[in-house]
Amino acid sequence: MHALANIDLAVQPGEFVSLIGPSGCGKTTLLRVIADLEHITSGSVLVNGVSPHEARLARAYGYVFQAPALFPWRTVLGNVMLPLQIQDKTAAQCKSIALEQLARVGLTGFEGKYPWQLSGGMQQRVSIARALSFEPRILMMDEPFGALDEITRDRLNEQLQQLWHRERRTVVFVTHSIAEAVYLSTRIVVMSPRPGRIVRVIDSTLPDERHLGLRDSPEFVAVAHAVREALADGHHD
Amino acid sequence: MATTTSAPSLGVSARLTQQVLPIGAILLTVLVLWYLLAVYLNAPGAIERVLAPQGAWSWTDLLRETMAMQRPVLPAPHEVVLDLWRSITGWPLNSPRNLLYHVAVTGHSTLVGFAMGTVLGLVLSVCIVHSRTLDRALLPWIVASQSVPVLAIAPIVLVILGSFGLAGVAPKAVIAMYLCFFPVAVAMVQGLRSPQVIETEMLHTYAASRWQALWMLRLPAALPFLFPALRVGIAAGLVGAMVAELPTGAQAGLGARLLTGSYYGQTVQIWSALVMSAVLGLTLTAAVAGIERLVMRNRGQA
Repeated sequence: MHALANIDLAVQPGEFVSLIGPSGCGKTTLLRVIADLEHITSGSVLVNGVSPHEARLARAYGYVFQAPALFPWRTVLGNVMLPLQIQDKTAAQCKSIALEQLARVGLTGFEGKYPWQLSGGMQQRVSIARALSFEPRILMMDEPFGALDEITRDRLNEQLQQLWHRERRTVVFVTHSIAEAVYLSTRIVVMSPRPGRIVRVIDSTLPDERHLGLRDSPEFVAVAHAVREALADGHHD
Repeated sequence: MATTTSAPSLGVSARLTQQVLPIGAILLTVLVLWYLLAVYLNAPGAIERVLAPQGAWSWTDLLRETMAMQRPVLPAPHEVVLDLWRSITGWPLNSPRNLLYHVAVTGHSTLVGFAMGTVLGLVLSVCIVHSRTLDRALLPWIVASQSVPVLAIAPIVLVILGSFGLAGVAPKAVIAMYLCFFPVAVAMVQGLRSPQVIETEMLHTYAASRWQALWMLRLPAALPFLFPALRVGIAAGLVGAMVAELPTGAQAGLGARLLTGSYYGQTVQIWSALVMSAVLGLTLTAAVAGIERLVMRNRGQA
């Protein structure tokens, strides 16, 4: 039994691609393969034209996990500085870059706090700032807002969308929320389990600049409907 | 994890009833029992050697004599305190008659042994965590080493080190180290392995080296495991240093005081040395706890 089979997917630079599907469809596994956290038995994966292993060593991507995974002994600033310190940047560089990244996720003024003094949503924003600290062109996110309440999640979705729109990084985003996938993505990859495979790839018809009110528009509903249909198809196969 | 926050701050009166009162009650009980026991144990000797030759004696005579004997079976608390006071205030600090001199000698070898044991324990744990082979090869020996009684090892180590010309602090520190490294090594193996998968994978995605992972994740994550081990270790190290003072017939040190005290039946001297070593042990443990509080002050409940 393979976790994944017959996966054929090309992600273009600057795209926001969501992997969506029920539990066990291998969406997280696929992301972990791309991030060199998991190895494949056959086939090939290229990240920026090189193997995931080489891409990882070249620090080609930032990865945001389901949990913030912040170090409790480091301040917010210290946590964001972590990848920069690993890359042997000078202390002054680390600090100025980290402060700038915190400003980008709206956490200026919280740099001296410790993770346990922050709410869950703020912690996850710190973890996004950390993943972006060394300006990787690719951002991989594994259900980053799955553990948050819906109100916080909406706000973070909006911020993430704006961040993407500003900076046009390539994002690969794993989620099991249809609304989240439709709101954020330029392309939605619908997956199905046993074995994990791609059912359909849906191009979003929504404009690049989005706001939360868009979710009640007919285009949004239409894309969401298409995703739901594809999920149902995958289920009946 | 350490809980430095959210401890309800107690008012003065609440603090008195909740903390001082129970401890004080136990202390008082122990003192009363000690006095009763001292009278009971010393009475036969007092009657035989002092009171009976004098002829008639009353209960108050007996009570007074049991507290004033040259070599009581069990000296009363105030006798021990008085002996300590005379020793500490009556002699210069560099005199062997001053107990603080012996505290310094034993404390010195304890601290040196503690430092050596901590370093040894840290190095061993890092090796064990990073190598499966060393894990299998070293850990059983580390555990086995502690099943050998230190009382048996001490003379051997002293003789061997002595033949290398090492005397004084070094052999005693080695014995202290022998007791210190074990809790540190065992706790650190556990602590260095305590990071969660997600934290390890996160460093992996940043392409951190093994050394960076050790320095940035494993060591800080292991600190909550390290400090309790250090508290146990420094107390064990003191025992080791004192035991090491016994077979050498050392001239100085609390262990030596205990030994000479028992040679000459100086029970008060034995008890004074005993109390001093307890005070030294408590001080050393408290010092480690203080450093722990300082280092861990910013850790929340993770």
